[in-house]
Amino acid sequence: MLKVEYLYWLVGAFLLACAYFNLCDRRGSMAAFWAIVALPFVFGDAVLAAVRAGTDWPAQAIGIGVLALGVLAARNRLQHRPDSAATSAARAAASLRFGNRLFVPALAIPALTLVLYFGSRKAAEYGVNVLDPKAQTLTALGIASLIALALGLRTTRASAAVAVGEGRRLLDSLGWAVLLPMVLATLGGVFAATGVGDAIAALTAMAIPVDNRVACLAAFALGMVLFTVVMGNAFAAFPVMMAGIGLPLLVLRHGADPAILGAIGMLTGYCGTLLTPMAANFNIVPAVLLELPSQYGVIRAQVGTALVLMLANFALMLGLVFR
Amino acid sequence: MPPAADVNYWPLLGVAVVIAGFALRRNPVLVVVSAGVVSGFASGKPFAELLTLIGRTFVENRLLLLLLLTFPVIGLLERFGLRERARAWISGIRGLTVAHFLITYLGLRQILSMVGLTQVAGHVQTVRPLVAPMSEAAAERSVQPPPKADADGSVDAAVDAAMDPAASVDPVPAEPAPPRLDERQRAEVRAMAAATDNVGLFFGEDVFIAFGAVLLIQGFYASNGIELEPLTIALWALPTAIIAFCVHSLRLWLMQRRLRRECAARRIVEGADAQG
Repeated sequence: MLKVEYLYWLVGAFLLACAYFNLCDRRGSMAAFWAIVALPFVFGDAVLAAVRAGTDWPAQAIGIGVLALGVLAARNRLQHRPDSAATSAARAAASLRFGNRLFVPALAIPALTLVLYFGSRKAAEYGVNVLDPKAQTLTALGIASLIALALGLRTTRASAAVAVGEGRRLLDSLGWAVLLPMVLATLGGVFAATGVGDAIAALTAMAIPVDNRVACLAAFALGMVLFTVVMGNAFAAFPVMMAGIGLPLLVLRHGADPAILGAIGMLTGYCGTLLTPMAANFNIVPAVLLELPSQYGVIRAQVGTALVLMLANFALMLGLVFR
Repeated sequence: MPPAADVNYWPLLGVAVVIAGFALRRNPVLVVVSAGVVSGFASGKPFAELLTLIGRTFVENRLLLLLLLTFPVIGLLERFGLRERARAWISGIRGLTVAHFLITYLGLRQILSMVGLTQVAGHVQTVRPLVAPMSEAAAERSVQPPPKADADGSVDAAVDAAMDPAASVDPVPAEPAPPRLDERQRAEVRAMAAATDNVGLFFGEDVFIAFGAVLLIQGFYASNGIELEPLTIALWALPTAIIAFCVHSLRLWLMQRRLRRECAARRIVEGADAQG
């Protein structure tokens, strides 16, 4: 079976290569940044195994690394290095030379992800596990991009070193933004372990009139949105709002339909995801990737859709859950 | 508000750090790391235990960066002109508007997510290399004035010449010169391309029964003694999915209409300037 760990090692190798390139360019703090990010990919399994065995120091070392990443991120400002006229001209020329053949490796990524995903599910029916069942689509995506890379190298006749160098250019232009989703997920874990959710649920439950079912529903919907905005993730908001308001007040006291409340309540939280910089991989990373003038450009483009959908979800719940 | 005796409210300081940090525009990574530390101290955890917690959760979430494997191939193709090619290809399709293009992408993304294929598209995989440059090219084409009846084809020729700087044979440009989007408008179109990807993903994936959210909802109820079929939960995500498609499509169409108006207004101003 192709374990997801093998792909982690590849990510680790790529990050170390990027660190090395930056070191050669005398950009020490950027090099240190990528080298620390590489640690969980190179040693991840060993660290988790050690924690399970009761040895905490490797995880603590990574924890110190995370604190260092925060400091290094603040020192490494995002910098856009606009293309020189020569590079743009070379790109335009190459684009004319290769034409539509450039699309083949690019479209191979989604197409192969599909094929690998369904192929491995079919194979699993016959008892053969090809992809790691822990992360099927992502493993499929990883392998698809490696095959696409081979295709791209064949089309362009470039060397693998050029590809790694270009990958590093992309990674450096994203900078700390690329790490944000991972530290946010970590924060989610810390918040859960320190009881932030319980505290918020207790506060909301104190603030609403429990006998009015519309008020309860409004508090639930608004709470889902606001808590998602703070946490950056509707998954974190759901259990908190459900335990605080949804289950005790709406389902048990006012007889709301649990399936509808759960499904649409979660989607109400997603409207919050469209609004928050905390959902970095959806809102901040693409703003940097697309070289928008403002980090909040994508959020601004989403506000209209998010607010209308929030009201629509509330109206749907109001009409459907108390049947 | 009297705090309940058994709930510790101090960890909420971490939330305050997040809000203050983002409001003051500090570096987001630093803000998030500090919030974790503050929340950990406020809950009374010893520092060593807090470090273990941070390190362990960080490692456990490394799946989120598996996406980095796409970087070498995307970077390579970009260096050889993928984005320029995507733009040129879309500009070659007559009659394709940015609203049509992005609405099609929205529908496709929702349907793919509904069958569980959330990783097939995304900001790194498809939006940056393909969808964003294609949207810009389509928007460029959408703001052109309709061709005049007497000038059959000459407007299109001028448009193509304006869009393809490599085309050296330049017929006498029809006037006024075809409008181009300015930097702000191009950024707006790119932002909308990213927004469309998000809306398509979020309001499609919940209809897939094996998706984490559906299982999370089912698991929550199950642990509280309410048994539900995942399919029932997934089906109730459909109404919102349809509304999301309609609302966002309407907004895409409105954006296109506004871009057209802005460009038309600018053309009039520029025409007046040219005449003195």
